[in-house]
Amino acid sequence: MPVQCSNCEQKRAVLKRPKTGHSLCKDCFFWAFEEEIHQTITSAGLFNRGETVAIGASGGKDSTVLAHVMKLLNERYDYGLKLLLLSVDEGITGYRDDSLETVKRNQQQYELPLKIVSYEELYGWTMDAIVKQVGLKNNCTFCGVFRRQALDRGAMMLNVDKICTGHNADDVAETVLMNVLRGDIARLRRCTAISTSSEGDGAIPRCKPLKYAYEKEIVLYAYFKKLDYFSTECIYSPNAYRGHARAFLKDLESVRPSAIIDVIHSGETLSVKEGVKMPVQGTCSRCGYISSQALCKSCVLLEGLNRGLPKLGIGKHHRLHGKILAQEPLTEQEERKLKAVDF
Amino acid sequence: MCQVEEDYNGLECNQEKIPVSGLNRKCMKCKEGTAVLIIRVSDAFCRSCFKEYFIHKFRAMLGKNRVIFPQEKVLLAVSGGAASCTMLSQVQEGLSRDAPKKLRFMPGIVYIDDGGACGRSEDERQTSISQLKNIFTQTGFPYFIVPLEKVFSLPTSVLVPGTSDPDPSNPCYKQAVDKYLKEKQKLREEEAVCAVAQLNLEDSAYLPEHKLALQRLFSSLKTLSAKQEMLQTLRQHLILHVARENSYSKVMMGESCSRLAVKLLSNIALGRGAALASDTGFSDPRFGDVVIVRPMRDYSSKEITFYNRMFHVPSVFIPGLDTKSHDKASIQRLTESFVTNLQADFPSTVSTIYRTSEKLHTVRPPQSQSTEPEPASKCLLCLCALDTTADKASAFHATLISEQLSQLRLQEGSVDLVAGSSDQCCVEDQTCGTSGCCSSKRTPVQQDLKTLLCYSCRLTVKDMAAVNTLPPYILTEAEKRQRRSQMKVEISEYLLEEDQD
Repeated sequence: MPVQCSNCEQKRAVLKRPKTGHSLCKDCFFWAFEEEIHQTITSAGLFNRGETVAIGASGGKDSTVLAHVMKLLNERYDYGLKLLLLSVDEGITGYRDDSLETVKRNQQQYELPLKIVSYEELYGWTMDAIVKQVGLKNNCTFCGVFRRQALDRGAMMLNVDKICTGHNADDVAETVLMNVLRGDIARLRRCTAISTSSEGDGAIPRCKPLKYAYEKEIVLYAYFKKLDYFSTECIYSPNAYRGHARAFLKDLESVRPSAIIDVIHSGETLSVKEGVKMPVQGTCSRCGYISSQALCKSCVLLEGLNRGLPKLGIGKHHRLHGKILAQEPLTEQEERKLKAVDF
Repeated sequence: MCQVEEDYNGLECNQEKIPVSGLNRKCMKCKEGTAVLIIRVSDAFCRSCFKEYFIHKFRAMLGKNRVIFPQEKVLLAVSGGAASCTMLSQVQEGLSRDAPKKLRFMPGIVYIDDGGACGRSEDERQTSISQLKNIFTQTGFPYFIVPLEKVFSLPTSVLVPGTSDPDPSNPCYKQAVDKYLKEKQKLREEEAVCAVAQLNLEDSAYLPEHKLALQRLFSSLKTLSAKQEMLQTLRQHLILHVARENSYSKVMMGESCSRLAVKLLSNIALGRGAALASDTGFSDPRFGDVVIVRPMRDYSSKEITFYNRMFHVPSVFIPGLDTKSHDKASIQRLTESFVTNLQADFPSTVSTIYRTSEKLHTVRPPQSQSTEPEPASKCLLCLCALDTTADKASAFHATLISEQLSQLRLQEGSVDLVAGSSDQCCVEDQTCGTSGCCSSKRTPVQQDLKTLLCYSCRLTVKDMAAVNTLPPYILTEAEKRQRRSQMKVEISEYLLEEDQD
C-alpha cells in the first residue's frame, strides 16, 4: 500500500522526514524545508533590508544548500539582500582543490560573486606545510583557528555586513556535547546562539540560518534538488576528538530522532552561575583582529610555526605569553619541551 | 584540547614511571605503609589512609555546604546499590564519632521497591527486601520500605511545592550550632525516650489492582527511555511523600560523581537543560519544604567500589529496567556506555563533566519571587520550572513549526497565515485552549496534559500510548490546574496587572 503525503494527501510520498517522522512528497518537502528556514530567519531577525551578506562556502552540502536556499528565499520573500560567496583555501592537496572547483561551479549556477582567501596568502603557511611540522594529531587546532580568522578577514576585505555559515542542527548539538565534555563553560554559554553579537569594533556578526535543519534533511534536499556538492572528508582529521561526540550524537538520534533538537534546547536553556569568570572580548595587539587575550590565538600559533616550535600555543602556555608578546627568545629548556616529539 | 593535554600528561607520566616501578610503592600520605590502591594518576594510598581520606571527604562535603542543621531529620534514600549503601555506612560512621567531629542530624532510611515496574517476581522482591532489612536493622535507624505500587494512592499535594523556610545562612547556622551545644546535656536524657518512640514502618502491602495499574502504566510507555524517566519521576514522588509524612526536611541521595556525569549528559540529550543544576547539583530546592542533598557527589564509582570491598560494606544487587539491555536500548543506557568508554580513553572525562555541572544554576522564574508561587509555573511531573515559553528563535519554536509544516497544507502563498497560526499555537498552548492546528492528530487528553509539562516531560508523555494510565494523583492535579487556568482566562479582563500593585 503506497503511503500518501501527509501534507497534501494527493501525491505519493517519496521520503519520511527524519525530523518529524511524517511522510511527504517531493514538493511538500521542498516547501516545508524552505519555510522552516524562512521562519528561522524572520523570527530571529537575522538580516535587515539592504545588507550585504557573505555566505561561507566550502563546496560541501551544508554551504551549497545554504547558498541555494538563501538565493531562493531572497527572491521569493524579497529580503533585499546582496549575496556573495566567500571561500577559504586551506592548502590541502587533493582535497581543497576539488572542493573549490565545486564552489566555482556554484558561483556560475547561482550567479553570485565569489571571493577566495587562502592560508598561504594570509599566514604564509599551507595546511600541507603545517601538517609536516605538527603531525596528524593536533593540526585541526591550527586549521580551525586560522579558518575562523580567515573568514573574518575575507569578509572585511569584501566590506560585508554579515556572514552566514552552514552550521546545521547536528553541528550545533555536537558543539554542545563537545563543550560539556571539555568543561568549556564560556563556550557552552554561547554556542547555541543563532547569531553572534555585533558589539565590539571590527567584528562582523555571524549567523546560522540552518541551525534547526537536520543534516539528513539537508542531504535529502540536495539529493532531490540535484544540487552539485563535494562530499569528501578532510584527509588530515581522522583522529579528531569531535568524532567521539559525533558518534554519540548519531547513536542518540537512532534511539530517539528528536534528540538533536533536544540537545539544542538544553543548550539554549542552560544558565551559568554569576560568579563564574568569563573571557572579555578585545583586540589583538599584534594583528588588530578580535581576541580575548593580549595576543590572539592565530598569532600565537603562527609564532610557534615560524620558530619551529609547533607545540607553542597547544596546551597551556600562559607562562610563555609574556615572552611571545615581547618577541624574546625562549630558554633551551622551554624549547625542548615544545619541540615536536617523533614517535 | 582534552586530547592535546593528555599528550602532555602521558609524556610526563611515562618519564616519571621509569625510575619508580609500580611495585612496592609507599603511601602518598604517610610514606610508611605499603600502597594498596591508586585513586588518580599518582595518588597511592595505604589501607588506613584511604579510609581516613574517604571518611573525611564525606564530612567535609556536608560541612562545606552547611545545609543540614543539628537535630534535623534527614531521610536517606537507599536503593541497595554500592553508592547508597556506602552513604549509609558513612552516616553511621559519622554519628558514632566523638564530639566535635560528630554528625548531628537524625537519620531515617527509605527504600523504594520498584520490582513491579521492572518485571521482578514476588519471591525475588521479598528476598531483596529481607536482605535490605538485615542491613537496615543493624544500623538502628528507623526505616521505610515502600513498594512503587503506592503511587496509585498518593495525594495530589505531592505535586505542589511546599513553603520553603528562609534559606539557611551563616549566622543562622552558627546560632543553631551554638544552641545545640548548650542543650547537649538535656538531650542525653531524652535520647532513651526517643529511641523507644521510633517506629519501623514497613508497609509493603498493596492492592492487587494497583499492581495491575502499574503494569498497565509501564506497558503503555513505548520506549525504554520514557520508562526510565517515568520510573525516576514516580520514585521521586514517593520519596517526597514519605519525607513529608514523617517530617523529614532533607533527603540524601547516594549519587556518585560518575553517576552524575552520566545523568548530566543524558539529561542534556533528553532536553532538560534548564533543570541540570537541580538534577546534578549538591542541593535541589525545587520541592520547597524538602531539600534533596547529594553528599556522595565527590566520589567516583571506582573509589566507592574499592572502599566497599576493602571494608566489607554490604550491598544488595537489584536489577533495574536497563539491566542486561543493549547499548542503544535507551538514551540513558547509551550515555552510560559512552561516558564509561570515554573515561577509559580520557581519564579526566568524568571529572570534567562533573566540574561543568558545578558552574550551572537553575533559572528562577519571576513568579517564584512572590510569597506563594503559582503551581502552574512548575512542571506537573518533575516540578522544575517550565522551559516551554517558546521564544521566537528557539529549538522549541522550530519544533512546533516543523510539526505544523509537515501536516495538512496551508495555502502556499500565505505567509501571514502561517505566522499567525504558529503564534496562535503558542498562545493557546499556554492558555490550555483546544487549538485546531496541533491537536488534530492526537488524543485530546494528551494535548491537555502537554501544556502543564516541561520540554523533557512532554517527550516522555509523547511516548505513552494512553495517558489515562497515569496515577490518579497526577490526573487529578492536571484537571485542577486546567480548571484554574480556564478561570483565569474568564476573569482576566477584571484582574489588575501585578505591576500596578
